Amino acid sequence: MSILINKNTRLLVQGITGNEGLFHTTQMFAYGTNVVAGVTPGKGGEWVLDGKVPVFDSVKLAVDATGANCTCIFVPSRFAPDAMFEDADAGIPLIVCITEGVPVQDMMRVRNYLDQKKVRLIGPNCPGLLTPGESKVGIIPGDIALTGNVGVVSRSGTLTYEVLYALKLVHMGASTCVGIGGDPVNGTNFIDVLEMFEHDPQTEKVVLIGEIGGTDEDKAAEYIAAKMTKPVVSFIAGQTAPPGKRMGHAGAIIEGGAGSAADKVRALEAAGVKVAKHPEEIPSLLQ
Amino acid sequence: MKLHEYQSKTIFSKYGIPIPKGRVAATADEAKHIAEELGGRVVIKSQVLVGGRGKAGGVKVAKNPDEAAEFAQQILTMHIKGLPVRKVLVDEAAAIEHEIYFSITNDRAAKKPVMIASAAGGVDIEEVAATTPEKIVKVHIDPLLGLRDYQARDIAASIDLPRELWRDFSKIASGLWRAYLETDATLAEINPLVITKDKRLVALDGKMMIDDNALFRHADLAEIRDIDEEAPAETEARRHGLSFIKLDGDIGCMVNGAGLAMTSMDIVKLFGGEPANFLDIGGGAGADKVAAAMRIILSDPNVKAVLFNIFGGITRGDEVARGILTAMEEVKPKVPMVIRLVGTNAEEGRKLLENANMITAETLADAARKAVAAAKGN
Repeated sequence: MSILINKNTRLLVQGITGNEGLFHTTQMFAYGTNVVAGVTPGKGGEWVLDGKVPVFDSVKLAVDATGANCTCIFVPSRFAPDAMFEDADAGIPLIVCITEGVPVQDMMRVRNYLDQKKVRLIGPNCPGLLTPGESKVGIIPGDIALTGNVGVVSRSGTLTYEVLYALKLVHMGASTCVGIGGDPVNGTNFIDVLEMFEHDPQTEKVVLIGEIGGTDEDKAAEYIAAKMTKPVVSFIAGQTAPPGKRMGHAGAIIEGGAGSAADKVRALEAAGVKVAKHPEEIPSLLQ
Repeated sequence: MKLHEYQSKTIFSKYGIPIPKGRVAATADEAKHIAEELGGRVVIKSQVLVGGRGKAGGVKVAKNPDEAAEFAQQILTMHIKGLPVRKVLVDEAAAIEHEIYFSITNDRAAKKPVMIASAAGGVDIEEVAATTPEKIVKVHIDPLLGLRDYQARDIAASIDLPRELWRDFSKIASGLWRAYLETDATLAEINPLVITKDKRLVALDGKMMIDDNALFRHADLAEIRDIDEEAPAETEARRHGLSFIKLDGDIGCMVNGAGLAMTSMDIVKLFGGEPANFLDIGGGAGADKVAAAMRIILSDPNVKAVLFNIFGGITRGDEVARGILTAMEEVKPKVPMVIRLVGTNAEEGRKLLENANMITAETLADAARKAVAAAKGN
C-alpha cells in the first residue's frame, strides 16, 4: 500500500511538449509511471516518447480517450490556474502542480473552486509525489529513494530529496513521499497527509519537513499530539533566516507572532516529535 | 513588492477612496511650494519602505510653508531603520476626530482574502490585536464571489461606525476590495482611516504590497518599483530571476530551492560558519542564471569561500556546471569553492567540473564543514 498514487495511477501530463514537461515525462515513463496521455492545446494528434504517448488538445478529450485519473502540470505560471480549473471541470480527482510562481490570488480562487468539486491538489510549486518502485508523478529523482515504510511529507522541494537520499544511504526507504509545496496558498497541508499516513498500513514512521512562515507546522503538531499513533521525526528549515523586512500590520494580526523556526520546533517537540538539527540526522532519529 | 505611501494612496484614489490633497517632494523647496499651494497646516511624511516612520520622527506637522521647508529639510537628511529618506509626501493636515484601522490581506490558513477592521486604529494596532483581540473584526471574502455589500455593512456596524457614515464606508470598502483585486495586492491597508471633525472619512495613510508573481500582468506597477530602496545586488538578482538576500557572513551560498537554501545556511552556522547570503537559483535554472548568481556572490568583498549545494530535480546538474564554468572564465575567482552536486544529471555535471579545481563534497554536512574550514583558511 501507499498513499495518493500507485502502479494503477493513469497519468496525464499538461504541458507535455514543453522543455520541462517532455524531459520529466521521459523520466517518469522510464521510472515505470503509467503515463497515458499528454495535453498541449494546439498539438492534439501528435505523439511523444517515440509514439508511446498521445497528445490531446484538451484535458476532457484526454480523459475521455484514456481514462486518466491523475494529472501533472508543467505549464508556465500564468497558464497554470486555467489548467487546474480545466482539470476540475474534466473530472480529474488528483492534480499535481509542479509550476512555481502562480499568483496567490489566482491560487485562492483555484483552491476554493477545487474544494467545491472535491478535487485533491498537491502543490503548486512542489516536487510532486513518489511511491518508490511503483509510480512517480513530478520531478523527484527516482533513483534517490528505496521502497520502505517511512512516509515523507515536505513543504520544500530539494530539501525533500536531501532527506530521501539520507534515508537511502542507510538503506531506509519510503512508502510514499509527498511534496506539498512551499506557496502560501496550496492544495494540501501537513494534516491532510499525516492523516493518510496514519491510515496507510505500509507506513510505520513519518518524516515531516517544514520551514519558516505560516502556521501549518503548529497545526500539524496539534494533530500529531491528538491523533497520531505512528512516530514522527521532523526538520524545520530557516533556523538562521533573518526576519523579513515587514511592512503593514495585517500579517501580524492574522498570524499573531507565529512563523519562526524556533516556535515551530517548540510546538513539534511538545507534541512528542523528535526534531533533527540537520537533515542528515533524520535517519538516526527514526531508528 | 512594497509600494510607498504616496503610490498606495494614488491607487486608492483611483478606486474612489478619499485621500488628503497633497504631493510628493524631493527637496525642501518643492515641499515649501506644495505647502503654499495647499495653504494652512500640512503634514510632512518621509517616504521609506519600512514601518514606524512616525515613531522615528519621520512625520511632522508644519504650520506654514517656511516650517514645511524646514521640516522637509530635516526629514530628507534622515535615515529610518537604515534606509535614507529620499522623498517626502506633503499632505494637507486633517482635523481628526477618530482613527479606524482598515485593511485587506491574504489569510493563508483560510485560503481566502480577509478584511480586517478596528475602531481602535492608529500606530498601536498590533498591540490592540495582541491584547484585546475582540476589538478587531475579521471578515473572510469568498474569492470566487468577491466582497458582498452586506459584508461591508456588517463591518461598519461591528466597529460602531456612526450610521450616517455607513454609505461612505461601504464605498471605501468596495474601492479597497477592487484596488486589492485589480493590482494583485497581498496587502492593501489604510491606517488610519479617519473620521474628520466635519464627519468625513479620509484615508490618511496607505500601504500596499503587490504579489511579485503577478507583476507580469501589471507592467504599470512593475515600473514604479523603487529600486533605490534595495541593495544593488538584490536588484541585479531579481533581474535574473534569482531570489537573493545579502547577509553579514563570509561564506557565499548558491543553492537550488528555498528550503534547501535555508537549510544550507542553517548547517553552515551549525558548523561554526556565517553565511554571506541567501541565494536560491530556483527550479530549472539554466547556465546563464547560474553564472549571474555566481557573479553576484563573488561581488561581495566579504566572501572568503563559496558553497554550492545543488540537488537536481527540475534543475539539471550539467546546466549548473556549465554556468559555473562560464562565470569562472569571466570572474577568475580567488576564493576556495566547495561543490556538492547530486540528483538529475549530477554525473554529467561532475565530469564537466573535473578540471575546475573545486573542493568536492558528498553530503550536505561534509560540504558545510569543508566550506567553513575553507573560509577560515584551513
